[in-house]
Amino acid sequence: MTTQTVSRRLAPLRRWNSGGILPILAVLVVLLVLVAARQPDFLSPPSLMSFLGRSAPIILLAAGQYFVIVSGEFDLSVGSLVTAQVVVAARLIDSDPSRTWPVVLVLLAGGALVGLVNGLITTRLRVPSFVTTLGMFLILVGAVYLWSDGAPKGGLTDQFRQLGRRAVEDVPVFGRLPYALLVLLVLAVAAVLLMRSDFGRTLVAVGDNPRTAQLSGVRVWRTRTIAFVLSGLAAAVAAILIGGYGGVSFQAGAGLEFGAITAVVLGGVALGGGRGSVVGAMLGALTLELLFALMNFYGVSGALRPSVQGAIILLAVAVSARRFSSR
Amino acid sequence: MSALPLSPARRPVPGVFVALGLTLAIGWLVVAIDGGQLFNQSTTVSLLHVAAGLGFVAVGQTLVILGGSLDLSVAYVVSLSTLVAAETMNGSNAALLPAIGLTLLVSAGIGLFNGLLVTTGQINPFIATLGVGLLLKGYLDSRYDGPAGSTAPALVQTLGYQRVGPVPLSFLLLLAVAGACWFLLSRTRFGHHLIAVGGDPEVARLSGVRNDRVRVTAHVLCSLCAGLAGIYLASRLGSGAPRVGTEGLYDLESIAAVVIGGTALAGGRGGVVGTVGGVLLLAGIDAIFNQLAVDAFAKQVVRGVIIIAAVAVYARRALRKADR
Repeated sequence: MTTQTVSRRLAPLRRWNSGGILPILAVLVVLLVLVAARQPDFLSPPSLMSFLGRSAPIILLAAGQYFVIVSGEFDLSVGSLVTAQVVVAARLIDSDPSRTWPVVLVLLAGGALVGLVNGLITTRLRVPSFVTTLGMFLILVGAVYLWSDGAPKGGLTDQFRQLGRRAVEDVPVFGRLPYALLVLLVLAVAAVLLMRSDFGRTLVAVGDNPRTAQLSGVRVWRTRTIAFVLSGLAAAVAAILIGGYGGVSFQAGAGLEFGAITAVVLGGVALGGGRGSVVGAMLGALTLELLFALMNFYGVSGALRPSVQGAIILLAVAVSARRFSSR
Repeated sequence: MSALPLSPARRPVPGVFVALGLTLAIGWLVVAIDGGQLFNQSTTVSLLHVAAGLGFVAVGQTLVILGGSLDLSVAYVVSLSTLVAAETMNGSNAALLPAIGLTLLVSAGIGLFNGLLVTTGQINPFIATLGVGLLLKGYLDSRYDGPAGSTAPALVQTLGYQRVGPVPLSFLLLLAVAGACWFLLSRTRFGHHLIAVGGDPEVARLSGVRNDRVRVTAHVLCSLCAGLAGIYLASRLGSGAPRVGTEGLYDLESIAAVVIGGTALAGGRGGVVGTVGGVLLLAGIDAIFNQLAVDAFAKQVVRGVIIIAAVAVYARRALRKADR
């Protein structure tokens, strides 16, 4: 309570404090400088554009996760949802080009449906979202293995895969623009506009204080359910891009939920809801991806990567917590 | 986060045991129709062995969750503990006690680190323990490719495989640990402080509870329990296994067992008795599905449904109580 009132009193300063995007921008710039020092080629437009295209899925997942987290909930099911969607897509398309676009629609509908179920169980049955989405995680993983008898079947068509791996070539200045990057740009703008709309304000209000929001006439359950649906949709789009880029496997989405949550927190969004911006969340994801690229360039062994990642997350979050509590 | 008023700290025996009884009864019937036998010696023994491994972790997890925290690093602590134990023993009985001591010391140290990050570092427990888990994962991945070390034969023969009738020694040890935790929670000052901190940290602080100290202690105890699970698994496997914790999904499964057992994820309500019930329920489902030779993946789906359903039932009950 006290921190909330204090933070409200400092509202003009909030942008600079926890929840603002400046800290994450600073980290991003430092990482870019480190990358540039080691591998100047990386900053040339074509390779930078490819990097952004590769990072599109995790950035989209972070945006989806942001909607859920800012409304005060969690979504642990997105990683398994991505895996399930990729495997389902391969089996439904079964290398038949004419089925590509109907299946894309099925995937989007499926993502929305999983989000809807997550949302309704969490809000109407009052099951904590951690448990709901953990259960959904187990169900999706089990169901997709069960459905495909333990080995992915079918195949993706070139039309399906082009979204994830092809690009508009020979663009002036940029060199090449991956389709994934275009998808990301459109959806990122949509996400920012959404957060500036009435719905966005309501979403943050619900996460900040559900009781106050309810007393002000907000239907809290509906707002939160929509947040889960948005997260499911984001996972569906991410699955289409990941399937296109990386191909079909049961590991396609493994660990992405923790990656997305980490990215959101790095971006200055408070777990528990009510603080932080969607731009921050997406920048957090970009930072995380850049960090992996950096470790690559500096030759950190693949096995040690989780340790570096863990240390940086702990450091970043501890520093931002300290800044916030020191007022 | 939830607007529900707190129910009294003391609660009736959780409904998880009713669910456990029903599940085992139905399972016994279905297996019998299928022409099998659910409760013969070997299935009962393996059920209790499965329950013991998950049980140690889940009992520890109960303590941190009651205190309003969470531990996602337990799976890696389990893996690390099997390695520390097996490598220190290196197949010799003489090194048994020092190895156990060292393993528990290492896990307590990790718990202390977790606790300090959460309290002094003011990092959200979800992120803090996830980060520590990643640190440990990097260490394990970079140093080990496969099994390492060798567990002392004396430990394998006792904790690993000895049993009293159909009850493995390890399960008796689990009951002892759970009993100790029950005593700690319901009969000691620490237990009451822990539940107070989990229920409402601000009120607890104003009542003179040293929140930080209580939470750090809970984290240390939780990691100790995970270390114990590691020692037990090393005694079963005969060596240290760098991925046994994550492959067993001990992090998420232990949290699932805790919430199935009726402990509120938000903290302040619940206890270890329910958790033991939750562990037995999960192990029971395992045994039934194994007997029916159903696909392992179907088991996963059923588990997911049961976890959600169980918590929905608890939430409904809490809601009814709140309706005055």
